[in-house]
Amino acid sequence: MGIENYDSSKIEQFKDVWVFCEQRQGVLQPTCFELISEARRLADELGCKLYALLLGDDVADGCKELAGYGADGVILCESPLLKNYTTDGYTKVIVDVVKQMKPEVVLFGATYIGRDLGPRCAARLHTGLCADCTHLDVEVPVYQHFLEGASTLAPERIAGTDHAMVMGQQHDVSHDLKMTRPAFGGHLMATIICPRFRPAMATVRPGVMKKAPFDQAKADAAEIIRPEFSLTEADFETEILAVEKAAKKLVDLIGADYIVSVGRGIAKDIEGGIKLGQELADELGGVLGGSRVTVDSGWLSPDHQVGQTGKTVHPKVYIALGISGAIQHKAGMQDSEYIVAVNINPSAPMFEIADIGIVGDLFKVTPLLIEQVRAIKAAK
Amino acid sequence: MKIIVCVKQVPDTSGKVAVKPDGTLDRASMLTIINPDDLNAVEAALKLKDETGCEVVVVTMGPPPAERMLRELIAMGADRGVLISGREFGGSDTFATSQIIAAGIQHMGLDKDDIVMCGRQAIDGDTAQVGPQIAEKLNLPQITYAGDIEVKGDGTVIVKRMLEDGFMNIKMKTPCLITCIKELNTPRYMSTYGIFGCYEKTVDVFDYNTLKDEPLIDPNTIGLQGSPTNILISFTPPLKGAGRILEGDDKERATELAHILEKKHVI
Repeated sequence: MGIENYDSSKIEQFKDVWVFCEQRQGVLQPTCFELISEARRLADELGCKLYALLLGDDVADGCKELAGYGADGVILCESPLLKNYTTDGYTKVIVDVVKQMKPEVVLFGATYIGRDLGPRCAARLHTGLCADCTHLDVEVPVYQHFLEGASTLAPERIAGTDHAMVMGQQHDVSHDLKMTRPAFGGHLMATIICPRFRPAMATVRPGVMKKAPFDQAKADAAEIIRPEFSLTEADFETEILAVEKAAKKLVDLIGADYIVSVGRGIAKDIEGGIKLGQELADELGGVLGGSRVTVDSGWLSPDHQVGQTGKTVHPKVYIALGISGAIQHKAGMQDSEYIVAVNINPSAPMFEIADIGIVGDLFKVTPLLIEQVRAIKAAK
Repeated sequence: MKIIVCVKQVPDTSGKVAVKPDGTLDRASMLTIINPDDLNAVEAALKLKDETGCEVVVVTMGPPPAERMLRELIAMGADRGVLISGREFGGSDTFATSQIIAAGIQHMGLDKDDIVMCGRQAIDGDTAQVGPQIAEKLNLPQITYAGDIEVKGDGTVIVKRMLEDGFMNIKMKTPCLITCIKELNTPRYMSTYGIFGCYEKTVDVFDYNTLKDEPLIDPNTIGLQGSPTNILISFTPPLKGAGRILEGDDKERATELAHILEKKHVI
């Protein structure tokens, strides 16, 4: 099948877009459908097919669902040894299958599993990987249109993005995947290309790409490919002793439409501040988040943390109570659709990105706000 | 047994981030700190040293001033440091960086019961890729997102590997690589004794000449030339215009905000 002669620099041999579809206990993760939906556009721009790559044990039932969101087919690798995710087993199989079938692009969700697996596969395949992307493009005009809205670049610099200097030579980027990602907590964005090797690989931030409508006809037309691979117990240097779900229900910040977060401003009455934040969140049907200090100080459990070292969230409304707005916090919430800041300090950086600001004491403003929200709800 | 901890000096993103007009980072004007997650990896190693008396070696790749960070980590309790530094290594992406650090680790030698530890990710790039790629290039098993580490005496470790919705307990053979999250522990401070002694301990410098005979080092696998990825362009996002600050007393402002939320169908 050409595995012996595999050469990641022979880029003309590679075609098709693949999305690694993560399942846990047989359940497809939400990122699969987001990625498939977005990858459909990339495959169309490249003029190739889109395949879901599904590994597991007895998981064939998921194939139609993946196709329904836009995949032309599913590359299905089943084995009892693939039941649970392992770095050893999954890397071995994915590398085997990539070497046989030579996809041009491989995408992973930037989950705890995708970010373990992607780097390992990219290193073994000798190719590039871009971490935690928030935007992907192929066609240059589409990409440049994105830059016009998303950057402060001058028009002539945007126009110059149709080529890059690669190894001292002008390189036409029209067939390269353009992978855009934030760095330095979102203060800087960079678009990365992988011009000399294939497949171009990226992990994509969960919750950023939009899921397409489900198409039953597409689901029924799914092509299922079962490639050959070899995997035995001798391939493992790790052994899973237990897989546990979190004992207490963790806060689902990433999926929340409304988030009320508390910060250092609650320090003078920690319990009271958390109670106010939780009450407001409950009234709005949202969830409670917190800044780094609230987690580092042990006021809230780590699953509440919004920010660079916590979760990245995109709620419809984000209400920041007593959060000054350090870069590492803004990195996790600045893409919220609507931001409300309540802070006693008028020069808090949070006001620079807030749509609505109240300069005041959260302990006075929040109870009044809860009261008003209740009054409006009662009147309905 | 020795624990090799990979650390990185990074700009402090809890302060102001300075960006030059061309869209690249103005590193010179920013304070540098030890990458926060790396401190958790150092602490995990020092805990094992407290328990077993193993050696702890801190390794970084960076410019010569990064030696100071290694001295600070020695003052915390590490035994020695290795600074991988050379012009030839500049411009490396995660693939090339992991190649060079892996070569440095090979140069040091890895015994059967050794462990390589890294932080989850660095706050400047946030890639979380260098750890797993070092493991791949050294052909070591890996566990990322470690929330608990237990070293057995029989050439295995048991690691609690965190997931978004729970965790796995995994047994792994040594030598191996583990990446650490902040929930793993609380890093200790430098000790007075350590600060006084830190300049008496060794910090070896590995430059290109030191590493050039390692099998992993090749002009095609290090530096800009050895990096599969290129930056097409870097840019700053447009500043979102500041919004409206509400006026009035607390009650008026709370009422106005409630009505805004109602109009946005939140209520």
